[in-house]
Amino acid sequence: MIAHAENLLEMKGIKKSFHQNHVLKGIDLDVKAGEVHVLLGENGAGKSTLIKILTGAYQKDAGEIYWEGQLAQLHTPVDAIKLGIATIYQELNVIPHLKVYENIFLGRELKKKGKMSLLDRKAMLEEAKRCLQMLGQSPDLADQKLGDLGIGQQQLVEIAKALALEAKLIIMDEPTSSLSAKEVEQLYNCVEQLKAKGIAIVFISHRLEEIKRLGDRITILRDGFKIETLPVKTTDPDYWIELMVGRTLDEKFPKQTFPLGKEGFRVENIEVAGAPGPVSFSVRYGEIVGIAGLVGAGRTELARAIFGADPSRNGKIFIDGKEVKIKSPRDAIDAGIAFITEDRKGEGLLLDQKLDFNIVMANMKKFKKKSRLIDLKGIREEAQRFIKELKVRPDNIDLNARNLSGGNQQKVVIAKWLCTHAKVFIFDEPTRGIDVGAKVEVYRLMNQLVVNGAIVIMISSELPEILGMCDRVLVMSEGKITADLPIQEATQERIMKAATGV
Amino acid sequence: MSQVVIQTENEVTKKNRPLKKLLSKFGPLIGLVLLSSVLTLLSDKFLTVNNIMNIARQSTINALLAIGMLLPILTAGIDLSVGSVLAISVMFMGIVSVNLGMSPIVGILVCLLMGAGFGWLNGILLTKLRLPHPFISTLGTMNIARGIALIVTAAAPIAGFPYMIQFLGREFVGPIPVSFLLVIVVYVIFHIFLTRTQTGRYIYAIGGNPEAARLSGINVDRVLIIVYTISGLMAGLAGLVMVGRVNSAFPLAGLSYELDAIAAVIIGGASFLGGVGTVWGTLIGALIIAVLRNGLNLLNVSADFQMTVIGAVIIAAVYVDVLRQRKSKKS
Ligand SMILES: Nc1ncnc2c1ncn2[C@@H]1O[C@H](COP(=O)(O)OP(=O)(O)OP(=O)(O)O)[C@@H](O)[C@H]1O
Ligand SMILES: [Mg+2]
Repeated sequence: MIAHAENLLEMKGIKKSFHQNHVLKGIDLDVKAGEVHVLLGENGAGKSTLIKILTGAYQKDAGEIYWEGQLAQLHTPVDAIKLGIATIYQELNVIPHLKVYENIFLGRELKKKGKMSLLDRKAMLEEAKRCLQMLGQSPDLADQKLGDLGIGQQQLVEIAKALALEAKLIIMDEPTSSLSAKEVEQLYNCVEQLKAKGIAIVFISHRLEEIKRLGDRITILRDGFKIETLPVKTTDPDYWIELMVGRTLDEKFPKQTFPLGKEGFRVENIEVAGAPGPVSFSVRYGEIVGIAGLVGAGRTELARAIFGADPSRNGKIFIDGKEVKIKSPRDAIDAGIAFITEDRKGEGLLLDQKLDFNIVMANMKKFKKKSRLIDLKGIREEAQRFIKELKVRPDNIDLNARNLSGGNQQKVVIAKWLCTHAKVFIFDEPTRGIDVGAKVEVYRLMNQLVVNGAIVIMISSELPEILGMCDRVLVMSEGKITADLPIQEATQERIMKAATGV
Repeated sequence: MSQVVIQTENEVTKKNRPLKKLLSKFGPLIGLVLLSSVLTLLSDKFLTVNNIMNIARQSTINALLAIGMLLPILTAGIDLSVGSVLAISVMFMGIVSVNLGMSPIVGILVCLLMGAGFGWLNGILLTKLRLPHPFISTLGTMNIARGIALIVTAAAPIAGFPYMIQFLGREFVGPIPVSFLLVIVVYVIFHIFLTRTQTGRYIYAIGGNPEAARLSGINVDRVLIIVYTISGLMAGLAGLVMVGRVNSAFPLAGLSYELDAIAAVIIGGASFLGGVGTVWGTLIGALIIAVLRNGLNLLNVSADFQMTVIGAVIIAAVYVDVLRQRKSKKS
């Protein structure tokens, strides 16, 4: 096999299995300098696995990797860094209590010449400033504590780190999924600049609009195989989806309208962390209420206040007109409220426990037998049911949550809350990181919940899904609800206006 | 162009997979068997009924402390106080049932309650005072308990316990020490507790991800208090067995026993990061330590050397575990 010299990177016939699970069955990928190469595939298709092989985090079972035409051996992450491959993982790899420039030079600090091993702080600062400026950031950032920055800026610091390493290829695994609209914009600009410098980028994303905007070529994976590599600009996203799921997807938003019932859930003057004043709203049966706003608008804080996740706050909550007292998450669950948290690793999952335990964790009571022992068989059956219903892959409840792909982990978190059989469901960014097909499943599930007489509230930063699935939209800005729009009146402009407070 | 499958020579052989799985599940047990085989070869006194029962008896105190220790470690915590709590429990039992001549039942109750009480205190310090890590709270109570144990009898031992108190540590059923039967019963109860009860499963949840546990409606503080109370209770129970064995209570009893208990839990495959560990593994861990000490005694290795060897075994056992996990992550 001969590598083509014009390719910066060529992966050939890459295979990888985890025990009986054959994830990659012979993948080819080539990347040219200065291009943005997108990887698209369903949750669990093996995108992250392929990337981890490239960064030396996993070892391939078979296949070859050529770098600038030469056969490359990638055994450890250091090998990859030496070649000039840098990675921005979805979970940031930064140290919050160190300064930005210290993070940029972590592990390869510059030393003063001749003075034994004293650190050359000034040189590092200068270099860090230069890299930050290249990304259109203020050079003053370099001397700030990293933990004081927002997630988006932290991510840009990671990119600056890649620049400081003089990386020729930067891999970004779902980089925009936790950024605010403004930060996303910054990231896009930054990607354009990297491209102009001739740096290649491998970009993983489930967001079709951003793929269309940034991508040059797209490689589609399915069932462990590479299906096609296509130019982005001249092909249709619907065609990509067809290749990715193996069938046509009839509708992106399976919206159903139900007759509006009486008020089922009301929040009165609840105090929200960081908000200027108390917040009130109500939801009726038969409607899905969306809470839109920019990242940082206080939507998650509102949900946490309702759920009793933060130390007790003032305010009243009514379900079916009856007040419920909520001082802790336990009280909220007992009152019939479920809160599907946005941060699945930090707040949702037990990574080293099996799926069945993860799924029943919030409702173990239900499986307590008269003898006070828990009904293991019952738990397995219930978990199996949800895994089937939500199409979690692989559908093996004995796997630890850690070993699922990001999107499938998200489904497990959703399953956990469905399992509580709550009356009120608050979804916080429920479709973050899940593929287009699975999104439709989640939307269907929301419909189903409404049919079954539940109250459904969806916090989302994705305007299309708010507009596509909700019957009413609340918009939050700086801790206040600034608009309450029936869906007929909710346009993108009106929502953005209320969200930015202009 | 699509779906080409390229075969290359470095395809891995997948035949050794089941073996690997077996190894990771029974790693500590295999270690125990290997160790015993070596000792059988080195000493003809090792594999005798007498000696086996000896090992069983010698393992009991550490086994009881270790199973208590497993719980805090599962929650990503630690209980450094168990050795001292053992001492204070037996001293008070001595005062009550020997010095004051009260009924042995009262003595036993005092012993167990003293242990549980100190454990409860550890839990309260951790959850209510919000001390940053149980290392600190239990380091404190470790010194407090030991201090009180020395003060109450002006450092003098107490001997001459009634038979009922000595029963557990002293008696045999046929060749089998009662204390070892107690260990088996306790371990079975712990196994059921950890795998089949709500609180037991919550302990794993808290160790795995405390925030996720809290948001799932788990009362984390309550579970932690239970965890430390049980650990203390087991220290009291271990003390009771010890008094039966030596027929005396002394204030320096159980000195640095917490270290062997921690070692047993870790050798048994539990993770210091919490959420991972089993009752079964802990039993093997405790047995490995007992076999090791017994074997080294049979081979006339001095106590100082024993310490060195056990230190090395701890490091080796954990290192094997680290390798195993690294493998399974990469594979
Ligand atoms: N360490 C591991 N051990 C066992 N199985 C694993 C491991 N890592 C990944 N897998 C499995 O490999 C498959 C591919 O996972 P991967 O994370 O690459 O998917 P992905 O394409 O990135 O999906 P997503 O869009 O959800 O992030 C999944 O079935 C997953 O369960
Ligand atoms: Mg992924």
